[in-house]
Amino acid sequence: MSFIRTRRTALPLAVLAVAGVALTACSGGSGSSGGGDDDKTVTIYGTIADTEAELLEQSWADFEKESGITIKYESSKEFESQIGIRAQGGNPPDLAIFPQPGLLADLAKRDYLKPAPEGVTANVEKYWSKDWARYGTVNDTLYGAPLMASVKGLIWYQPSKFAEWGVEVPKTWDELLAVTKTIQEKTGAAPWCAGFGSGDASGWPGTDWIEDLVLRQQGPDVYDDWVANKVKFTDPKIKEAFDSAGEILKNPEYVNASFGDVTSINSTEFGDVAPALASGACALHHQASFFSGFLEDAGATVAPDGDVWAFVTPGIEEGETAVTGGGEIVGAFSDDESTVKVQEYLSSAEWANSRVKLGGVISANNGLDPANASTPILSQAIEILQDEKTTFRFDASDLMPGAVGAGTFWKGLVNWINGDETDQVLKDIEAGWPSAE
Amino acid sequence: MSGFLNWLGGLPPLAQIPIVVIAFAAVVALLLFFVDIAPRKGTLYTVIRLAFCVLVPVIVVLFFGSFLWAAAVAAVLGGVLFLLDYRSKKGVGYLVQLVGFLAPAFLLLLIGLILPTINTTIAAFMSASGKNFVGLNNFIWLFTQPSAIRTVVNTIIWVLLVPALSTAFGLAYAVFIDKSRGEKYFKILVFMPMAISFVGASIIWRFIYAYREADATQIGLLNQIVVWFGGTPVQWLQNEPWNTLFLIVVLIWVQTGFAMVVLSAAIKGVPTEQIEAAELDGTNGWQRFTNVIVPGIRSSLVVVVTTISIASLKVFDIVRTMTAGNNGTSVIANEMYTQFKNFENGRSAAFAVILFILVLPIVIYNARQIKKQREIR
Repeated sequence: MSFIRTRRTALPLAVLAVAGVALTACSGGSGSSGGGDDDKTVTIYGTIADTEAELLEQSWADFEKESGITIKYESSKEFESQIGIRAQGGNPPDLAIFPQPGLLADLAKRDYLKPAPEGVTANVEKYWSKDWARYGTVNDTLYGAPLMASVKGLIWYQPSKFAEWGVEVPKTWDELLAVTKTIQEKTGAAPWCAGFGSGDASGWPGTDWIEDLVLRQQGPDVYDDWVANKVKFTDPKIKEAFDSAGEILKNPEYVNASFGDVTSINSTEFGDVAPALASGACALHHQASFFSGFLEDAGATVAPDGDVWAFVTPGIEEGETAVTGGGEIVGAFSDDESTVKVQEYLSSAEWANSRVKLGGVISANNGLDPANASTPILSQAIEILQDEKTTFRFDASDLMPGAVGAGTFWKGLVNWINGDETDQVLKDIEAGWPSAE
Repeated sequence: MSGFLNWLGGLPPLAQIPIVVIAFAAVVALLLFFVDIAPRKGTLYTVIRLAFCVLVPVIVVLFFGSFLWAAAVAAVLGGVLFLLDYRSKKGVGYLVQLVGFLAPAFLLLLIGLILPTINTTIAAFMSASGKNFVGLNNFIWLFTQPSAIRTVVNTIIWVLLVPALSTAFGLAYAVFIDKSRGEKYFKILVFMPMAISFVGASIIWRFIYAYREADATQIGLLNQIVVWFGGTPVQWLQNEPWNTLFLIVVLIWVQTGFAMVVLSAAIKGVPTEQIEAAELDGTNGWQRFTNVIVPGIRSSLVVVVTTISIASLKVFDIVRTMTAGNNGTSVIANEMYTQFKNFENGRSAAFAVILFILVLPIVIYNARQIKKQREIR
C-alpha cells in the first residue's frame, strides 16, 4: 500500500520539476536580451527580404569586421504584426527597421523603444532635413534615424509601346484617364495591372493610390490633417480620392491586365505584376521606385529608352509636383554598447554610401554622393527628393497609427476592391482609429 | 542556455534535429529517473538524492550564472524532497504531503489559467492602455462594427459545421472500414492529415485553391480540374460567403482523422454479444447501427464532438495563413490577435471574453458528461 502511495507522489514532483526547469530556462532567456550584458551580437529585425536583405548584410560587412560586432539580420513579411507582439511579449530584437513611422510611434509611446543615443542624434542633425528627422521623432524625443528612402506614386509604362499607340506621357490626371481610354480602345485589352496581395499586409499598394490622389486633389494641408485624423476618412474629401482611384481600379475595362477581373487585384501578389509589365502584357502600373528592382529581376531594362520607364502620377493641374514617398526608421529596443554602435553606424553617411553603391536603393541622407546611385530611375528619384519645388509628403498610411495605417486602411482597400460600398469601407477604416488611452 | 541555443542555431539544419532530439530525450530521462527514485527508501537512494540536490544548483550556476536562482532552485528541491520523504500513514503528515503535492499543480493552474482569465476580463473593461475604466465601451464597439459582428458570426458557422461534419465523416468512415481487409492502411490514409500542423495544412490548401486567369497555366489543383471540365477558374478564397466554407474544409480535413480513430476504437469496444443478439432479432445493418452501435459509443461521440467544437472555436492558424482574415473570413481568435498587435488591449480582451463565454458551455457539458459516466460505473 505504501508503495502505491509513494508511486502516486511521482506525478506532482514531475510537474514541479518541469516547472522548475521552465522557470530557470525563462530566466536565462530574458537575462540575455536585457540591456546589461553585451555579447557583441546585435539582432536586427525588418521587412527587407531576399535579394534586398543580402545587399543589406553586404553593406555592413566591413563595419562588422572593423568593430568585431556580429549583426544578425532577420526579415519577415509579417513584421508589422510581429514587432508589436514581440515587444509586448518581452522578446524584441535589439534594433528594428520600421517601414512605418506610425508603428515606431506606437511602440515609443508605450516605452518599448529607447530614445536615440547621442551619436545618432548628432548624425540626424548633420545629415537629415527637418522633415525627415520629424519622422523619427515622437513627442519631441528622437527615437531613430531614417535609413533608406523611396519615391512613391510612379506610373510604370513601356516607352516603345506608347510611341506605337501614339500617346504621350500625361501631364494631368484627366490626361491620364484619356491615355488609358485610348490604349484600351487601341488594344481592346485592360491597360492597367495592379496587385494588392502581400500576405498579412495585403492591400498596402492600394493605399498608395489613395494617398497620391488626396495629396494632389486636396493639397498638403488637408493631407497633413488627414494623417492627424483631423480630416476623417468619412470626409467627402477623402471619398473623392477613392472615387477617382475607382475610375481606374474598379473599372473592369481598365483592370486587371493579364490577371482577371477587378477582384483579381487582391489575389495578385504585388511583385507578380513585374513580369507582366516586362513582357508587355500590361501597359500601365502604379508603384514606388523600388519596383525597378523587381522589373530588372523580371528581365527588363529600366531606362528612358529601355523596356520600361516611369513618370510621376500627374497632378490635377499641369505643372504640379506633389509626390509621396516612404522610408525606414531604425528604432532600438536595447541600449547596450554594441547596439548603440550599430545604430550610430546605420545613421551615418558612411553607411548610406556603402548601401547605395550596391545598387537598387537611395537614401535621403545629405552625405550621400549622388554619383553612387546605380540606375537612371534612382537618379531621377534623388532629383525629385532634392528638388526644392517638389511638395514631398511621407506615405500617409505609414504615418498613421498601426491600427489604421497597417490595419483597417489595408483591409478596407481589399474590401473595397472586392466590391464593398465606398461609404461603408470608409466608415470601417475610420472605426479602426485607436480608442482613447 | 542562450549560449547553447546560439551554438545550435549556427549548425546546419540537419545536424540540429538529432541534437535537439537527444537533448530533449536526455532531459526527460533525467526527470523520469529522479521522479522514480525520489520517494524510495535505502542509503543508495539517499545518496543519489543528495547528489541531485547539490548538482542541480551547481548546474544552474554554471549555465545561468545566477547564484540567486541557484539558491532558489536548491531551496525548492530540498523542500520538495523533504516533503516527499516525510512519510506517514495517516494524520497530519498525510495532510502535509497532500497539500505539498497539490500545491504545485494548483499554483500552475493559478498562474497559467485563473489569474490570466481574471486579468483578461478586467482588461476587457479597460481602455487600450489598461489605465482607465471604460465600462462596456469595448463591447459596444465590438457589437456595432459590421466587421466585428461578422467575425462572431463566422466563428459560430465554424463551430456548427466543423464538429458535425468531421464527426459524421469520421464515424461513417470508421463504420465502413471496420473489420475490412487492410483496415490499418485505410486508417493511416485518413489519419495522416492530423500529423500536419494547421499552418502546413493551410499552405497545402492555399495551393489547391490557387487562382490564375482562364488562359494562363493553372497552378491550383481545384481550378485545373474546373478548367479540364470546361469551366472558368474560380477565386475560391475571395467570394463571400463561400470562402469561409472553403476554409472550413481544411479543418474538417484535419479533424476527420481524429474523429475516425477515436470512434473506430469505440466501435470495437461495443460487445459482440449485443450485435449478435440484434442480428438474431432480425435487424438490418442500419438498425444495428442506430440502435446498438451509436448508443454503445455515445460517450466517445460526446468527447469527439466537444473536442472538435473547442478546436474550431479557437481556430486561428488556418484563417491567418490563408486569407489573413480578409474577404470577410475573419474569426474571433484572429481578430483578438489583430487588435492585440495594434495595442488595442481592451478590444482584444473583449474578443477573448466573448470567445471564453462561447467555449464555456461546451466545456461544462463535457465535464458533466464525464462525471455522469463515472457515476454509472
